[in-house]
Amino acid sequence: MDHQSTLERVVRGVLIALVLLFFMFPIVWILMMSFQTNEQILRIPPSLAFEPTLENYQALITGRLETQAGTLDIRFMSNLWNSLVLSVCSVALALVLGVPAAYAFARFRFRLGEDIAFTLLSFRFAPPLLVLLPLTLYFQELGLADTYIGLIWVYQLICLPLILWIVRGYFEDVSPDIEHAYRTAGHGWLTTFRRISIPLTAPGIAAAGLLAFIFAWNNFIFALVLASADKQPVTVGALAFVTASGIQYGQIAAAIVLSITPTLALALYAQRYLVEGLSLGAVKG
Amino acid sequence: MSAAALVLDRIDKVYNPEGARPVHAVRAMSLELAPGEIGALLGSSGCGKTSTLRMIAGFEAVTGGAIALTGRAIHAEPPARRNVAMAFEGYSLYPPLSVRDNIAFALKSRRLDPAEAARRIAEIAELLEIDDLLGRRPSSLSGGQQQRAGLARALVRDADLYLLDEPMGQLEPRLRAVLRGRLKHYIKTRGLTVILVTHDQTEANALADRIAVMEDGALQQFASPATLRDRPANRFVGAFIGEPPMNLLPAEARADGAGIGFVLPGGARLAYGPGEMASQVREAALACGAVIVGVRPHAIRLSGTGLPARVAANQWIGDQSHVAVSFADRAVVVVEHERVTARSGDAVGLSIDAGDLHVFDAGNGAAVSHGEVLA
Ligand SMILES: Nc1ncnc2c1ncn2[C@@H]1O[C@H](COP(=O)(O)OP(=O)(O)OP(=O)(O)O)[C@@H](O)[C@H]1O
Ligand SMILES: [Mg+2]
Repeated sequence: MDHQSTLERVVRGVLIALVLLFFMFPIVWILMMSFQTNEQILRIPPSLAFEPTLENYQALITGRLETQAGTLDIRFMSNLWNSLVLSVCSVALALVLGVPAAYAFARFRFRLGEDIAFTLLSFRFAPPLLVLLPLTLYFQELGLADTYIGLIWVYQLICLPLILWIVRGYFEDVSPDIEHAYRTAGHGWLTTFRRISIPLTAPGIAAAGLLAFIFAWNNFIFALVLASADKQPVTVGALAFVTASGIQYGQIAAAIVLSITPTLALALYAQRYLVEGLSLGAVKG
Repeated sequence: MSAAALVLDRIDKVYNPEGARPVHAVRAMSLELAPGEIGALLGSSGCGKTSTLRMIAGFEAVTGGAIALTGRAIHAEPPARRNVAMAFEGYSLYPPLSVRDNIAFALKSRRLDPAEAARRIAEIAELLEIDDLLGRRPSSLSGGQQQRAGLARALVRDADLYLLDEPMGQLEPRLRAVLRGRLKHYIKTRGLTVILVTHDQTEANALADRIAVMEDGALQQFASPATLRDRPANRFVGAFIGEPPMNLLPAEARADGAGIGFVLPGGARLAYGPGEMASQVREAALACGAVIVGVRPHAIRLSGTGLPARVAANQWIGDQSHVAVSFADRAVVVVEHERVTARSGDAVGLSIDAGDLHVFDAGNGAAVSHGEVLA
């Protein structure tokens, strides 16, 4: 890289800084807000200097919110737990169902195969509200409304198409002859799938799973309609901060920080897979 | 005759049978291979060679017909139970494993003693000149190296049948020639039964006991290299086998007293007296009327006399002259072992012995006679 001129390096540095500023500013601002009281946040003129307080986090973790209008129960921690249960289970189920299905779509041509695959993808186009209203009625009848199982089922609308279509591409990139060679050596179809196909597409599966996790985690509308207070994820739970005595910006900020932490941690941890997986071709001979 | 190792009984392959554009890749192919025999599949690209191998290995279901290996019907069995080893046309090594482990992989399910497995791997690796690559990952190998590793993986196994799909297609000619000899020795000393796909006639001639010539999914002829050369079953095989290819000229066979004349396009006439052409050949050709006469480039002699022709091009390719002459409105290729000095535009005379003539039926292309004998 020593053939770069100084000018080039400076321009590059400035541009990177601008991009960072653009994307990181809201997050940094929220992080700062989460350490301030509502009064500090709303003071005019705004100021960068403040005395950090852990009050917001305390309120979230203990579940008691003190406002001028009195104390308020909030269920943030249980919301966080709900988010975790819903997202993890949905992704796990979507992987169990989606990976073999993706393999089938990639390897075998069967009647209506493409139509089925496309139908699954089209779940992603449908406006969720349109689906939700009739679904609510059915769910109430079936006793699935306001259950984890019902929600995880509905979350498949988000996770399954994503995993199916991403992972299918990875399977298509693996030469079938690698599997054939293993099969002629005396191994059955299932062993070959487990021992050859899955390991070869692991980075892609991990990337798809992570993406599905993020989508599931950020989902709002399904849970808003189908879940009551004790099954709500954080996205819906955050509404509780809009109280009678005003909006609790500090707590919202703290809640955001806490709720993006798991996805952020997961993304950082799996960064290698993400880059390897999403940049395709990682498994080509 | 000993029981056949492999029997293909009128197998058919149709891809997308219900789709908009079905592809009939293999048509009623029947073939028997004796134990320890090397058979080659030869044919132009897309004629169904790989499809045939895939059906034998079990990656594609047969659309019709039956396959038997050492007496048991295998066409309904999964690949794992067919006991067939295959070397693939494309990349087929498992990327996360080293070349050694890829080869060893094939031996694992046999529960072979590790020392014995190591010995076998070393032997086959040395044979194919990949012994110094054993520790490397497939992705760091060249195409030809990967291909040899895939070949090693197939040959190291104990199988009833070995399917080699263009096993040396990516190698340079010198190495190919060296490996050819070693490969044949390896296969023959172990008595392996092999089907080999190749585009290279030299390779097929050198390795195979019998060659199956395919065209458009159909088997044209399955015979020894010598038979294919001397007695091609039809005009396709005649034109396909041999380098440079056989010259084919449409002709009208006419009785000429007790002799015969083949009237060629442009009015030239190949005439043979009663003593020159065997009488049964003469009769068969006359019965046909419209024929195609085939003559190998080596069998045509250039001289001052004979049928008049004009030289179009003359190449000395190091050990023989390839002379293209225009004759009977066609470009006819003549090969001479001596250096020919004629230049483009010179007039020359061609002579062709009746014994070198292959006569094909112009209607269906089937061979009528080869030299003195009827097909
Ligand atoms: N999976 C498939 N689906 C549809 N058509 C196919 C499929 N595989 C092969 N074909 C077609 O079947 C025909 C035979 O293909 P095949 O691979 O057997 O040819 P080949 O003789 O091995 O050719 P090459 O010498 O180029 O390897 C070709 O026309 C090909 O396009
Ligand atoms: Mg092929």
